[in-house]
Amino acid sequence: MLEIKNLHASVEDNEILKGLDLVIKPGEVHAIMGPNGSGKSTLSYVLAGKEDYEVTEGSATLDGEDLFELEADERAAKGLFLAFQYPLEIPGVATMTFLKAALNAQRRARGEGELSTPEFMKQVREKADGLGISTEMLKRALNVGFSGGEKKRNEILQMALLEPKYCILDETDSGLDIDALKIVAEGVNALRAKDRGFLVITHYQRLLDHIVPDIVHVMSKGRIVRTGGPELAHELEAKGYADYVGAAA
Amino acid sequence: MTADIQPIRTAAETALAEAFARFKQPLPAGEIARRDAAFAEFHKAGLPHRRVEEWKYTDLRAAMREAKPLAEPNSAAVVAMAKTAIAQFGSLGAARAVIVNGQYVQDLAQAADGVEITPLAAALTESSDLLASLGQSGAPASNTAVALNNAFASDGVLVRMSSRTKTTLHLALHQEGDHASYTRIVVAVDAGAEVELIETHTGSGAHQTNTMVEILVGEGARVAHYKLQDESRETLHLATLAAKLEGGVNFSSTALTKGANLARQQIFLTFAGEHSEAVLGGVSLAGARRHLDTTLFVDHAVPNCASRERYKTVLTDDARGVFQGKILVRRDAQKTDGQMKSDALLLSESAEMDLKPELEIYADDVVCAHGATAGAIDDELLFYLMARGIPRAEAETLMITAFAGEVFEGIENDAVRDIFVASAQNWLSNRG
Repeated sequence: MLEIKNLHASVEDNEILKGLDLVIKPGEVHAIMGPNGSGKSTLSYVLAGKEDYEVTEGSATLDGEDLFELEADERAAKGLFLAFQYPLEIPGVATMTFLKAALNAQRRARGEGELSTPEFMKQVREKADGLGISTEMLKRALNVGFSGGEKKRNEILQMALLEPKYCILDETDSGLDIDALKIVAEGVNALRAKDRGFLVITHYQRLLDHIVPDIVHVMSKGRIVRTGGPELAHELEAKGYADYVGAAA
Repeated sequence: MTADIQPIRTAAETALAEAFARFKQPLPAGEIARRDAAFAEFHKAGLPHRRVEEWKYTDLRAAMREAKPLAEPNSAAVVAMAKTAIAQFGSLGAARAVIVNGQYVQDLAQAADGVEITPLAAALTESSDLLASLGQSGAPASNTAVALNNAFASDGVLVRMSSRTKTTLHLALHQEGDHASYTRIVVAVDAGAEVELIETHTGSGAHQTNTMVEILVGEGARVAHYKLQDESRETLHLATLAAKLEGGVNFSSTALTKGANLARQQIFLTFAGEHSEAVLGGVSLAGARRHLDTTLFVDHAVPNCASRERYKTVLTDDARGVFQGKILVRRDAQKTDGQMKSDALLLSESAEMDLKPELEIYADDVVCAHGATAGAIDDELLFYLMARGIPRAEAETLMITAFAGEVFEGIENDAVRDIFVASAQNWLSNRG
C-alpha cells in the first residue's frame, strides 16, 4: 500500500504541498487531475526522492516503510517508479547500458542475482517489441534525439522491465499525439495487475479514456480537494478547473 | 659603465646549469654548440612562473623546487621492470620502440617492414644526417620544455615510416627511479603512408621527465597518434608534441592523461600544406592535489584546412586542470575551419579548472569557433538515474564515463580504445 498522510513539502521555503492525503492499494489505478501549479508534479518528485524538495510535515510509506528515510535509488529498488514528464537525455550512455545498470542495481539491492547479458537481452527484447522500440533505438544514447513519443515509450519500457509495485505517471500524455498516446496507454494497461498500483497524474482527461482509472482525485493548491469515480474526469473536461482554482484558498 | 645583470637563480635552475655543463662535455663539438644555444634559450628567462603568460596557470618555477639528477645508465633490473610494465599493453603494434629512463633499449624493440628506427644516441655518435630532422616540426625553440629537451635529450628514436598499408608503432616510454630524463622522438611519415603511433608512459618513482615527440607528416599521409600518460603520481611530466602537416594529410591525436603529480602536455600543430584535416582530443583525469595542463597551439598557416579540438577534464579533491588552446589563422589561410571545445567536470568544491581558449584570426573567410565549460554533475540527470535504482556513486560513474566517452568514441583502433576505457574506469573506481 502506498500511503500518504498530511504531506507538506516546500521548495525554497515556498510551500507547494499543503496537507495531502492519499492511499493507493495494490491493483488500484488512481488519477490526479488539477490545474497547472496545483502541485501535481511536486507530489511525484517528492515521492520519488528528488532533493530539491523539503518535506516539512506528514509521511509517505510504501508497504509500511517510510519513503523519506530512503534515497531515490533505494525507493526505486523497493518498487516505486516515476515515469518522468520530461525524460532526460544522457549523451554517451547507451539506452541498453542504462537499462541493464538500472535492472541489475535493483536486483542487487533486493539481494537477487544480476542477470546475465543473454537473459537481460531476452527480457528487453520481449518488452521493447510490444512498445515498438527497435534494437537500433536501444543502442542509441539514452533519449538523445528521441522524439517525444519515443521518450515516453522508453519510460514505459523501463517500467515494464523494472516491474515496480507502484507506478507514478507524471503527465505522461504531454507532448504525445493520439497514436503515441495509444501505444503508451496500451503499454501501461498491459502492466495493470492485482499487485500493482498506479498514480496517473494528468492535466487532461483524454489519457484517462485510454487508461481508465478506478478513482479520480482533483488536486488544487497542494491538496486533494475532491475524489470521485471515472466520471469525475469527464465532468472536469466539460467544466474546466475554474471551480477549483480558488477552492482551497 | 654597464653592469651585467645577473638574475637570481633558483636552486633548480642552478642545478640544471651544473648538470648541463657536465652533460655536454663528452659530446662532439658541433653538438655542443647546438646544445649551448638551446640551453641559453632556457637560461635567459629561467623556469617560467605565473607572471609569464604561457605558464600563468602552471607555475613551473614553484612546482620544480629541485632539479633531479640525470638518469644513470639502465641496469638489467630496471630494464626487466620496464619489460614487465610494458607487457600490460600486449602487442599493440607491429613495431615497437622501448625507451626506459630516456634510453633506447634495443633488446625490447620489435621491427616491422616500413618502419626504420634509429636510436638518437647512435645518430649523435655517428653525426648522422638524420639529425637534420630534429627541430623541423614547428615547436618554438624558446619554449621552456622545448629548450630543455633540445639541450638535454641525448637519446630516443628517429623513425621513418613509409608503408602505404596501415602500420602501427608502439612507442613505450617507461621510467624507474627518482631522476630526470629527457627523450626525443622524431617520426617522419612518408607521403601517402598510413600509420598509427601509440605512445605509452608508465613508471614508478618521483622523476622529472621531459619528452618531445616531433611528427613530420608527408603529403597525403594518414596518421593516428595516441598517448596514454600513466606515469607515477609523484612525477613532473613535461611533454611536447609537435606535428607539421603537408597537404592532403589526415592527422589525429588522442590522449588519456591520468598520471603524474604535475603534467604539462603541449601540442604544437602546424598546417604547412592545403586540404589537410586534424582532430585533436584528450581526456584528463585528476584527484588529490595533482595538476594536469594541456596547452595547444594550432597554426593554420595555409588555406583550406580543418581542425577539431575536443578536450575533457574530470577533477576531484583539490586537483587542478588547465586547458589553454589557441587557434591561429594566418592572413592567407582562407577557408579555414577550426572548432575547439574544452569541457570540465568538477566533482568536488575545491577542484579548479582554468580554461583559456583563444582564436586569433587574420583571414576573412573562415569558420572558427571555440567553447569552454566547467561544471558539476547535473543534478537532474543524477536524479533520473537514481530514480531508476542506480546508486549515486554508480550513477556518477556512468555520467563521468559518458562525459569522457565522447573523446574515446573517435578512437579507431579497438585495442587502444579498450586500453583507454579500462584505464579511465580504473581511475574512476578510486578517483585518485
